[in-house]
Amino acid sequence: MSNAAAATGAPPAKVLYYRHRLPIRLVHWFNVLCLTVLLLSGFGIFNAHPSLYWGHSSYSARPAVLQIGAVNTVAGPRGVLRIAGLEFDTTGVLGVSVRSDGSINQHAFPAWLTIPGSYSLADSRLWHFFFAWMLLFNGIFYLVYSIASGHLRRDMLPSRADLAGIGASIRDHLKFRHPVGDAARRYNVLQKFAYLGVIFILLPLIILMGMAMSPTLDAFMTGWVDLFGGRQSARTIHFIIALLLVAFVLIHVFEVVVSGLFNHLRSMVTGYYAIDAAAPEKGSEK
Amino acid sequence: MTISRDTRRRFLSRSLGGLAALLGAGCDRLNQTEWFPRVLTSGEKISAAVHKTLVSRKAMAQEFTMADLSPSFRSNGTSNPDSALYQALAKDQFAHWALRVDGLVSAPREFTLAQLKALPPRTQITRHDCVEGWSAIGKWTGVPLSQVLAAVQPTSAARYVVFHCADPMEKDGSSPYYESIDMEDAHHPQTILAYALNDATLPIGNGAPLRLRVERQLGYKQAKYLMRLELVDRLDDIHGGNGGYWEDGSGYQWYAGI
Repeated sequence: MSNAAAATGAPPAKVLYYRHRLPIRLVHWFNVLCLTVLLLSGFGIFNAHPSLYWGHSSYSARPAVLQIGAVNTVAGPRGVLRIAGLEFDTTGVLGVSVRSDGSINQHAFPAWLTIPGSYSLADSRLWHFFFAWMLLFNGIFYLVYSIASGHLRRDMLPSRADLAGIGASIRDHLKFRHPVGDAARRYNVLQKFAYLGVIFILLPLIILMGMAMSPTLDAFMTGWVDLFGGRQSARTIHFIIALLLVAFVLIHVFEVVVSGLFNHLRSMVTGYYAIDAAAPEKGSEK
Repeated sequence: MTISRDTRRRFLSRSLGGLAALLGAGCDRLNQTEWFPRVLTSGEKISAAVHKTLVSRKAMAQEFTMADLSPSFRSNGTSNPDSALYQALAKDQFAHWALRVDGLVSAPREFTLAQLKALPPRTQITRHDCVEGWSAIGKWTGVPLSQVLAAVQPTSAARYVVFHCADPMEKDGSSPYYESIDMEDAHHPQTILAYALNDATLPIGNGAPLRLRVERQLGYKQAKYLMRLELVDRLDDIHGGNGGYWEDGSGYQWYAGI
């Protein structure tokens, strides 16, 4: 049973406190929209050439590091995923899948995972680049706001006490033990590191790797793409970061579900988060 | 307890599936409207404008070394034009081929392959980036387009160079490939009309006898099987009016720098 359910067993008095201000809530949900569209339109673009390489070019006598394809067998087409020399049968999901109308789709990612659903490289690119700008604008707005309002310093940067408590925080996470009372007002230290890692490392890097794929931007400063191993390496890193962001979202949503789905959803929609009133309250509301 | 967990799981997976289907269907419906793709295209306009501001007119595309050459340069798109005229020209190694340059120029004329090769050449080892995502590295030798333009003297009204090609894109022999670039790119030192690939005569698979190399843009700009260059002030009147074969037919963007 989750903590939220346990807490309702013998209900202590709850107080609502204002956890997320409006700009943060807007940025959060707009970010959800942008990243979702970027992932799915990105899969659509990937379908045009479902192989990843390391280096400057795709034709370098070295094999692809990842490849999704279809092979014809006597039993019909089979989907195959090849990573670093290993081969996996992925029929039904990757390489070969079935469309909603029952027809066979021989693209790497299935139609239900791409925008648009029917293969169109031109349209996937339109969606991808438009929402890439939206993501960038959203990110700039977030940075300016969270620095100017103090959100970044106050809520995001780990304190000395946070850093000293890393071991305890790891143990708490492994036991799915979540802070209650006053401690629940703050992000815990692992949470802070996860958010900072996404905001200051993964998102800027995935945007930069997207830029590294643009032949015009490559000419901005001759050879800057070499810092990341070349254009095809940049494309591979772009894809890996996309998967890391998916992993982050899965863990994020998991943590939200096990530590009180409704409470978290309410706080990211209305701003108000409920905590036990039993714990002593101190400090001013944000 | 188990039942409730199962129900909960089923509810969760169904609502997730439903959400995904809703999102997918919603996006597809938006994709089919008139107005939404127009909104999305504004992203391309921002990209083009920002690139023009950020990247200087003369900024050079990266050049590589012989060690970076792709073992074989992939032939993409048309690999052998299905046209009687082209096949006749190819039969005697393009001895009767000539590049016509006309439109908004003071001195329209034709260039034979020998005349083009007599102009000071440029050789560059560059990376070819396909819109699909792959890259290949090749060594190109050709005549800078700026020299050809200097010979025909574009009028001040000329804003684009249109590249008319020999390869028909339809089975019935219609829809010849074409592309276009602006005068800035036309005068860029790395914009060349290439007649050699990897120190050998340009193969038919890669656009013989002459193809465009406009580095800093994607592969579909690199028109092969050149027959005629036309200088124009607007692209509306050329074929579908979007400045290129893929731009007309498949919705690719005219600005191919991203």
